[in-house]
Amino acid sequence: MADATPGARPRPLSPHVMHWRWHVTMAASILTRVTGVGSYIGLLLVAGWALALASGPEAYDDYMGLLGSIPGQILLFGFTLAVFYHLAAGVRHLMWDLGKGYLPSTANATAWVAIIFALVASVAVWALYLLGS
Amino acid sequence: MTGYRTPLGRARGLGSAKDGVGRFISERVTSVALLFLVIWGVRSALGLSRAGYAGAVHWLASPVNAALMVLLAVAGFLHMQVGMAVVVEDYIEKPSTKAVLLLINAFVCWAGLALTVVCLLKVALSGGGA
Repeated sequence: MADATPGARPRPLSPHVMHWRWHVTMAASILTRVTGVGSYIGLLLVAGWALALASGPEAYDDYMGLLGSIPGQILLFGFTLAVFYHLAAGVRHLMWDLGKGYLPSTANATAWVAIIFALVASVAVWALYLLGS
Repeated sequence: MTGYRTPLGRARGLGSAKDGVGRFISERVTSVALLFLVIWGVRSALGLSRAGYAGAVHWLASPVNAALMVLLAVAGFLHMQVGMAVVVEDYIEKPSTKAVLLLINAFVCWAGLALTVVCLLKVALSGGGA
């Protein structure tokens, strides 16, 4: 930490989170983190699937039974939403890394596209799953 | 004491860490790989959801599926470790708590990766079984 020089002006601080007006790019940024953490849990579920498969048919059927239960299905739907949102948000970030998409109007639009994409893609995947089984 | 320090002495050590670019790049490289792997993974999960045990073993016996699953695990767990490390570093101020959480995060991710890859290879090479 820097030593405070006597008589120096205090360094400026960024506004506290409660002083920001809510806008879609802020929601999109927070959602990126939240869905990243959600996907963290989701990938552990995938690891569990691999472990169950390697442990034999009984363990596999038990595990798939857990995932097929109502709480399991809710968890998996949440994982689907998280993965699709995080995927779209990742594309936004890669575009920013290339120096594109920084205009406020563009950033607002791509934030909405990411949110809508996550909802539509998740519902579409689950419709395929439910119609197929 | 501060009055005796030169401006250069006060400024030293306050700049960039001169470190971390590798992590920045690995986060991006894994994210590009995951764009493709995740879409393939979701499509595969749809098929596996109604394949049962025998179907899943048969699916993983295909070298292409096994290789892509291993790649999904590697890219996924690496991305997840880097991402969670950023979250911990942003929100946890106390150095000891931060260090412990970063260590737990690293252990969870590397253990998860090792376990997943071994399980996938076991099924892919031996055709499953207990």
